Amino acid sequence: MVFFGSKTFAHGIHPPGLKEETCGLAIRQFPFAGTLAVPLSQHIGKPAVPIVREGQEVMRGQCIAKPDGFLSVAMHAPASGTVRSISLVPSITGRMVKGIFIEPFAASTQEIAEGKPCDAATATPEEIVDAIQQAGVVGLGGAGFPTHAKLKIPDGKHVDTLIINGAECEPMLTTDHRVMLEHTADIYAGIPYLMRATGAERVIIAVESNKPDAAEALRSGKPKDLPAEVVVLPVKYPQGAEKMLITALTGRQIPSGKLPLDVHAVVVNVGTTAEIGRLLPNGNGIQERVITVGGPGVKKKGNYRIQIGTPLRFVLETVGVEEDITRVFLGGPMMGQAVSSLDIRVTKGTTGIIAFTEHESGRLKTRKEYPCIRCAYCVDVCPIFLNPSQLGLLASAGKHQRMVEDFHLMDCFECGCCTFVCPSHIPLVQKFRVAKMAVRKAKAPA
Amino acid sequence: MNWTNILTNVAMLGGITLILATMLVTATHWLYVEDDPRIDAVEEMLPGTNCGGCGFPGCRPFAEALVGGKVLPGKCSVGSESDHERIADYLGVDVGAEAKMVARLACAGGSNVARNHAHYVGLSSCSAAALVAGGGKGCFWGCLGIGDCEVACDFDAIHMNAHHLPVVDEDRCTACGDCVVACPKDLFSLQIQTNRLWVACRSQEEGDGILEDCQVGCTACGRCAMDAPGCIEMKGNLPVVDYSKGPLTDGPTQRCPTGAIVWLDPIQGPQRGQSAGKIIRKGSLRDAPT
Repeated sequence: MVFFGSKTFAHGIHPPGLKEETCGLAIRQFPFAGTLAVPLSQHIGKPAVPIVREGQEVMRGQCIAKPDGFLSVAMHAPASGTVRSISLVPSITGRMVKGIFIEPFAASTQEIAEGKPCDAATATPEEIVDAIQQAGVVGLGGAGFPTHAKLKIPDGKHVDTLIINGAECEPMLTTDHRVMLEHTADIYAGIPYLMRATGAERVIIAVESNKPDAAEALRSGKPKDLPAEVVVLPVKYPQGAEKMLITALTGRQIPSGKLPLDVHAVVVNVGTTAEIGRLLPNGNGIQERVITVGGPGVKKKGNYRIQIGTPLRFVLETVGVEEDITRVFLGGPMMGQAVSSLDIRVTKGTTGIIAFTEHESGRLKTRKEYPCIRCAYCVDVCPIFLNPSQLGLLASAGKHQRMVEDFHLMDCFECGCCTFVCPSHIPLVQKFRVAKMAVRKAKAPA
Repeated sequence: MNWTNILTNVAMLGGITLILATMLVTATHWLYVEDDPRIDAVEEMLPGTNCGGCGFPGCRPFAEALVGGKVLPGKCSVGSESDHERIADYLGVDVGAEAKMVARLACAGGSNVARNHAHYVGLSSCSAAALVAGGGKGCFWGCLGIGDCEVACDFDAIHMNAHHLPVVDEDRCTACGDCVVACPKDLFSLQIQTNRLWVACRSQEEGDGILEDCQVGCTACGRCAMDAPGCIEMKGNLPVVDYSKGPLTDGPTQRCPTGAIVWLDPIQGPQRGQSAGKIIRKGSLRDAPT
């Protein structure tokens, strides 16, 4: 869709970016925590199956859990050390999940184990899909959907456009920004794998206009023979959402309940692409990821390469936090999730760790919810053209079935635009989450 | 005025009315469904709460099933025994007395014994809190204490106590199962009232780690299972009581170090065993959920 000469999507909001504090800080390696716990379920799909036992010594990057079925990925040791136990770890989903506890060796060089390399030029699409699954790659943008499942194109479908998502529309997060600047070569090493796996003929790298340096780095680093194009999009939230991005770039709309594949597109996060380009040539697996640690409560803000399985407590102690810190989020302030315990571990889906102080969040405590005044601000911003106002009223009345059948509740991807603009401070997204959960619970066999 | 036109119109409309009326009258007789008058009578005698505790969508379908002889009046968990007898007399069937079921909560971690890791602020509902990384309670399985069950109960049988734990009034509970559905942590279940041995914990953590978060949590030590072999089995780090294995005593509760398995005395309420440690409140009640 084109508005006034620049490509974007309809509706959406403009929250403050708040990226200035960390976007200029280079990615730094984070120290190893005393104990790392790798949850076996960091992705959508079946948990991985551990292939190590208690007391076993593992090398960094060694596969410690194998995928269970197609919608599942492998797990790799984040550090060389000893497997202490395989027991329960708290997770952001609010449940305890099985995890592998590893105690890293002190004073180890922490060299990374190499596996079977996969060459983009010679490997078949099936081999690439398999290699990505074995490398444990999931969408690093936060959703945690196994990437290989997206790249496996079913018979009868074809993909013409591969979109590399570097929009990073979420406020405060700058991981993708830094990856685009510092790991440009990795991104271009990853793209051929994705193209070969999907059979896409052209590549669009989408960057929002608040990251001109990243767009410049991508343009200058582009190999000559690659049919890729760097497109700068105007800043708007939630541009990084798959459906919005496809609409903004190609003008194609994904019908309700359909996948990007149905409009011949595949969207892969820029961080995921860089990780594929970094891991596959050496046959490695994901051991760490880039995370923005920021927010008003954090002293040494920045972008860090943090081992998977590091406790949040260790991260916050290492970077230093203000005394009156009250809230910690995983992910950005719009779509991130509040943590209930600092024993929750960094997972592959953690894009940011944001801490707020009492000073910043105290205001929310006294914020009162008022009745809906039907101003329709939420209707004007909903990027998928739902009616959040009506949905909110139905949610309060407990009419969940009607929300699904008549108002397409299940299409809502919880971007939070409606809650952001609501002058009555109605926690709309939270209501929708509760309703969705109730609907899923009712559907599931008892 | 054109009388011919007026008369034609009147005649036409009258004719249509007559034809449609004939069709309707024929249809009423021809398509008439024989409805057993006893269904209405039985429905009158039922409590009319439409709670669904009997397993039918409401009182009317239950009345139909009763008249059809598919179930016995005792299946209605709301009505009193005299109600059941009335229906049984009317239909000339057995009362079919069923063991009274009640809802029981598998958690004893009130704010006096269980710790919160984080303070939840937001929509005042357990199901909303549970979606925010579990709700902030130290024990990920424990009761959040905001009282969705209290709201869901149509019979005023559930009340939150001072420690933010729901207490079921077993006389009022009709085992309709609304609280079972309402609880996001799936802590409620319907149990036969006379089964007195009860595991008031759902923590699947093994070892004493749980005691950090809750003083009455099950540590999966397995002593109760040892004391009642065959009746109690350890499954997923929790004791599971097999009530079909005859009358049980409060024996298995006696050696429980935390009091996670209790004996529900009809008069005195939940009784912890002798070895259960004394509960010392760790934090002030200020940490309680809002």
